[in-house]
Amino acid sequence: MNRRDRLSGNEAVAFAMKQINPDVMAAFPITPSTEIPQYFASYVANGEVDTEFVTVESEHSSMSACIGAEAAGARAITATSSAGLALMYEVLYVAASSRLPITLACVNRALSGPININNDHSDSMGARDSGWIQIYSETNQEAYDNFLQAMPIGEDPSVRLPVMVCQDGFITSHAVENIELLDDASVRALVGEYRPENYLLNPETPLAVGPYDISAYYMEHKKQQAEAMKNAKARILKVASEFEKLTGRKYGLFEAYRMEDAELALLLIGSSAGTAKAAVDRLRAAGVRAGLVKLRVFRPFPGEELAETLKNVRALGIMDKSEGFSSCGGPLFAEARGALYNLEKRPLAVNYVYGLGGRDVRVEDFVNIFGELSSIAASGKPGEVYRHIGQRD
Amino acid sequence: MIPKASEINERSSWKEMTQGGEIAGGGTARLVETGQWRSRRPVHLTDKCRQCLLCVPCCPDSSIPVQNGRRSDFDLMHCKGCGICAKVCPFGAIQMCGEVEE
Amino acid sequence: MKEKETVEIRWHGRGGQGTKTACLLLADAAFSSGCYVQGFPEYGPERMGAPITAYNRISRVRNTVHSNIYEPDFVAVVDESLLRSVDVTAGLKEDGAVIVNSAKTPEELRPLLNGYKGKVCSVNASRISRETLGGNFPNTPMLAAVVWVSRVVDPEKFIEDMEASLKHKFATKPHVIEDNLKALDVSMKEVQVG
Repeated sequence: MNRRDRLSGNEAVAFAMKQINPDVMAAFPITPSTEIPQYFASYVANGEVDTEFVTVESEHSSMSACIGAEAAGARAITATSSAGLALMYEVLYVAASSRLPITLACVNRALSGPININNDHSDSMGARDSGWIQIYSETNQEAYDNFLQAMPIGEDPSVRLPVMVCQDGFITSHAVENIELLDDASVRALVGEYRPENYLLNPETPLAVGPYDISAYYMEHKKQQAEAMKNAKARILKVASEFEKLTGRKYGLFEAYRMEDAELALLLIGSSAGTAKAAVDRLRAAGVRAGLVKLRVFRPFPGEELAETLKNVRALGIMDKSEGFSSCGGPLFAEARGALYNLEKRPLAVNYVYGLGGRDVRVEDFVNIFGELSSIAASGKPGEVYRHIGQRD
Repeated sequence: MIPKASEINERSSWKEMTQGGEIAGGGTARLVETGQWRSRRPVHLTDKCRQCLLCVPCCPDSSIPVQNGRRSDFDLMHCKGCGICAKVCPFGAIQMCGEVEE
Repeated sequence: MKEKETVEIRWHGRGGQGTKTACLLLADAAFSSGCYVQGFPEYGPERMGAPITAYNRISRVRNTVHSNIYEPDFVAVVDESLLRSVDVTAGLKEDGAVIVNSAKTPEELRPLLNGYKGKVCSVNASRISRETLGGNFPNTPMLAAVVWVSRVVDPEKFIEDMEASLKHKFATKPHVIEDNLKALDVSMKEVQVG
């Protein structure tokens, strides 16, 4: 039986981890993800899980330990944020290229410097080329649901890729909200058992993992990885449909909110989408054809699907809660606008970089943005395409 | 000359702030009012004080100023009200009182 | 609950006093009475004694807004000494109320509240907690006072839910249950609205 409760995002993810009962957790604390290994450590200490909890000296080591464990045939998980994820950088690539479906709970926090502990997406965006599947959550419910779906996605033989489930630091991770939890049996049915075809701790199939590739081989291995990332899209949708049967909650590659006849739209990620939904509702009540697309899956990037959903929008605001310092716009803008390239008729797209270092964004801010989009649609000209909002000029 | 830390606040524009958040000027910790953290306040009972200065190095926030070998009243802009000074004073010359009159 | 769709509450306290706990307990109470809730603290440099802020949104329908709260309906001040350094009534709606843990009467508090024109309430939560719980734990009496003034949940239902929750948590310590219930009860009776 599903049950109603109220939990913070961190509590919810730790609870999901408990229900999954993985073999190994190797983690190092960092604000605002610390509570995840902290709560999970209580479960371990109380004998509520069988997990081997490996305390490590740094995040580079926590990912390395996860790689060793997963390659050995165990389910390995970890959690981190910001500089912790950055410290894992080198080995994130190894986890993906070794085709190990490790799951990582990323509680999004700004990268230093200057040092900042508050939310933005610079940490996970900085890892977007590492080969990890990246799924973003708007709420504690989504963080919980996404974490439960992560292993069935990553462990599928057509995928075999690690999965990063992201939630906004403090805004989601430390905020208690209503949530609906699955019962343990349903979680076990959903995640099943991890049965890799080949693993180190199988004496019948001796194996070595993590080779040196001369140039004669590297390109082919990367081509395999690229195909796996393409396959992940279908697998994500399949798992979502199984999840819907269990819970009634629908997930896809993104959520299209009031987009059916939208002329003005936003594309954004994470908790701000919730705030923006309130702005969309306010505008719709005033007769404005506003809508938004909340991107759930950033890797693999659902370019074709986004183009299809956005093709009739006249003016589109693509919101980035991180900088890429391309000098042309943020990372979501670059990828989304690229996806729109082949459309015969394209929306006028502008980029808003916002919310860096936890800078708050309000319903009124989104209402103002829609106002700008309306002028852009009317004039037919995007004006300045790469914009920052919320800073003191 | 980049702007001093004392010239920058939460109303400064991005053009007015230093590049990369560099902090110009020495002893800038003095500008941060940590006295707001206090819920108890130390009171100096001068008639009991023998000027032994034992309290001075024990204060974790360097909030007991000394001039000409004598301590004066507490620096309440920085004193966080931890009460260590009152504990170490051998003469009971420091009393911790509520920050708010009850 | 009132006609308003969403009630927004801001708490001011000092680190280590249980302000965050009070905020989450209010979220709990509202959840138990069937509301959609948000309870979240604002974080910065964290030390015992540093001023902290926490927020609640309580609504009948799910609220998707995740920004901070700028125009609260109610403000609770758990530590009176904050009044001199924090503008606790900033943005507070005039048809709302501020509830302060203090021995002062509402009339005595009003001049310290930066010209706020709405309801000023006071309850000596520190004294009540010292008498009922044996120490300065103002968050429980403050929670009761906030419920009483705001009516985000029905006060009787609130006491019932708290009793059930206390009985669950302190099953082996009946006196703790009684003491806490007394703290809640006394606070609701003593809160002055001015």
